[in-house]
Amino acid sequence: MTTLLEVKGLKTRFYTQDGVVHAVNGISYTLDEGETLGIVGESGCGKSVSVLSTMRLIPEPPGKIVGGQVIFEGEDLLKMPMDEIRRVRGNKIAMIFQDPMTSLNPVLTIGRQVEEALELHMGMSRSQARQRAIELLQMVGIPQAEDRIDDYPHQFSGGMRQRVMIAMALSCNPQILIADEPTTALDVTIQAQIVDLVKRLRDEIGMAVIWITHDLGIIAGLADKVIVMYAGYIVETAPVKELYGDPRHPYTIGLLGSLPRLDAHQSRRLVSIEGLPPDLIDLPPGCPFAPRCNYIIDRCLEENPPLEVVGPNNHRIACWVDVKATPKLQ
Amino acid sequence: MTEDNVLVRVEHLKKYFPITRGIIFQRQVGAIKAVDDISFNIRRGETLGLVGESGCGKSTTGRTILQLYRPTAGSVFFEGQDLSKMKGEQLRRMRRKMQMIFQDPYASLNPRMTVGNIVGEPLEVHGVARGKERRERVQELLQLVGLNPYFINRYPHEFSGGQRQRIGVARALALNPSFIVCDEPISALDVSIQAQVVNLLEDLQEEFGLTYLFIAHDLSMVRHISDRVAVMYLGKIVELTDRNELYNNPLHPYTQALLSAVPIPDPVVEETRKRIILEGDVPSPANPPAGCNFSTRCPRVLDVCHEEEPEFKEVGPEHWVACHLIA
Ligand SMILES: Nc1ncnc2c1ncn2[C@@H]1O[C@H](COP(=O)(O)OP(=O)(O)OP(=O)(O)O)[C@@H](O)[C@H]1O
Ligand SMILES: Nc1ncnc2c1ncn2[C@@H]1O[C@H](COP(=O)(O)OP(=O)(O)OP(=O)(O)O)[C@@H](O)[C@H]1O
Ligand code: SF4
Ligand code: SF4
Ligand SMILES: [Mg+2]
Ligand SMILES: [Mg+2]
Repeated sequence: MTTLLEVKGLKTRFYTQDGVVHAVNGISYTLDEGETLGIVGESGCGKSVSVLSTMRLIPEPPGKIVGGQVIFEGEDLLKMPMDEIRRVRGNKIAMIFQDPMTSLNPVLTIGRQVEEALELHMGMSRSQARQRAIELLQMVGIPQAEDRIDDYPHQFSGGMRQRVMIAMALSCNPQILIADEPTTALDVTIQAQIVDLVKRLRDEIGMAVIWITHDLGIIAGLADKVIVMYAGYIVETAPVKELYGDPRHPYTIGLLGSLPRLDAHQSRRLVSIEGLPPDLIDLPPGCPFAPRCNYIIDRCLEENPPLEVVGPNNHRIACWVDVKATPKLQ
Repeated sequence: MTEDNVLVRVEHLKKYFPITRGIIFQRQVGAIKAVDDISFNIRRGETLGLVGESGCGKSTTGRTILQLYRPTAGSVFFEGQDLSKMKGEQLRRMRRKMQMIFQDPYASLNPRMTVGNIVGEPLEVHGVARGKERRERVQELLQLVGLNPYFINRYPHEFSGGQRQRIGVARALALNPSFIVCDEPISALDVSIQAQVVNLLEDLQEEFGLTYLFIAHDLSMVRHISDRVAVMYLGKIVELTDRNELYNNPLHPYTQALLSAVPIPDPVVEETRKRIILEGDVPSPANPPAGCNFSTRCPRVLDVCHEEEPEFKEVGPEHWVACHLIA
């Protein structure tokens, strides 16, 4: 597999009145051609900022990318001039977000917005663009696309708007689709429609996908590889079956234990992770998970563990302790 | 089932919201049928889960049971007494026994009140405890829900989402209710915090013999916490049964689709799972389809479904369904 995107040591800060927010703290990962990467973690752990940083979409100020490289087609996106970056965005790398309403223009028809993307990125004429827009809307499952193309965004339901966003994102055959919680606001039956659609298109077009979510269920059926983030760090990463079958970081173990399962035949008491995630303005000196960890040893309070290989297929965790060999504290 | 097992009995309950036109002379031009003729029981000490998609009428059901909305038609019996016929002082006294916990731990607490006043307010309003006695009771309640009793003079913004939800739980418990409507109490919380709140609700139920109506759209959590589950679609209950029966033997095509859509956090299981992908969106409750409400999306729709509404009936022991496919 050839590597499509390589992120190395990415660091992003926000300089706010209350202090410096350590949003992303030196994360590294690769994305292969055609691969689907899931990024999971709780609210505020840096999922969105980490991918927005790779696309240079961080508001500056207060934000600033203070370190790292993002290598795409041999070039560092972080060093690229802004006008070149814009050509990569929406062309070779497309994004969809949680709330399609913030990305759709409420006073332009759906068709016009898809057509503009095609004219801009693909250099199509107006009539070519209209024809292609109808095809794209059909492809993402908008019923009666020829009739609905002149509707405005408010005339579409949430699920249909997200389909339009996907149609726009795919309008220029991107190599990478970045999806930041695109189904979080939708009902489960609509979520299933969207996930199904993305999987189908991914397999047809052969694009790579980065899918951000806090839902460990969606990732299980969608991703090839998973990254678990906590407090701006990657704390565990592994191929999907490895991660769910043999989680090694105390936080991942806690997250999976706190989830009830639909197919569980008897109910067990849920394992809760006590306490709260740390304040990113005032991170503790050692391991960021230490205040909530059941496996903590003295070293955890002093030194932050690096991400290191613990198992096959590049299964890596950032933890000083081998949880398999260590009893949990009560 | 004997009558004294039943704490809440809902009979042919309807709640319609009027749609009006005109500014000075408002006239009603239609109605949103938020809850449209539902009947079920909630037994003493049980948790009844209520699931369904956004806008199907779950919150309206909870609120109408508590008489926060007065029903358009039908009755709600609590301990055998018809709440829908009660007014004033009589209703107020009954309300002490029924409380509600809300979805949004940020919006549901008054930001200008201290935790002590938020939790203690029901005690004051119902003249149960004042002054020192009230303070002691509030501290006891805070401790009960796992909050430090010294937090009594703090304000909601000083707490995290999970802690705020605990404050809401403490307030709901202040008057020793027997019945609590939990309206999506964990939806706004992070996964690791959801488990904390669910465990708390389970512990309190065991300790005080509470009865819950647990509203949620997370079917995995509902299976975990409920004894029985009711599935709602467009203002109607389409299926109701024991939680294991519902998950092992769902009979209504909507329940089947809903269950198949829920992702399971296990890649090995997901690999071989078949999804029933529903077409289209939920119709508007102002203009539901003729016949069966699910007929516009049902993968197994019959001709009769467009004309006749299926009756909600018991088709197996304790298994209720409304569908023409099931005799
Ligand atoms: N514009 C900003 N100014 C200041 N801080 C910010 C800004 N944007 C993000 N942050 C902070 O950066 C951290 C990471 O935020 P990010 O949005 O990446 O989280 P997330 O993992 O995507 O969370 P969620 O699941 O809620 O979307 C958070 O602590 C957040 O408060
Ligand atoms: N006070 C109100 N006035 C008018 N319409 C209302 C009112 N409350 C609810 N509705 C409508 O009634 C229907 C049912 O709403 P309800 O809030 O009960 O749904 P729900 O199942 O709780 O949805 P959610 O999962 O989004 O909370 C919706 O169409 C809603 O718009
Ligand atoms: S490094 Fe220590 S505190 Fe951090 S997760 Fe591992 S055991 Fe827990
Ligand atoms: S009654 Fe007909 S339309 Fe309704 S759920 Fe049953 S089969 Fe489907
Ligand atoms: Mg985010
Ligand atoms: Mg609701």
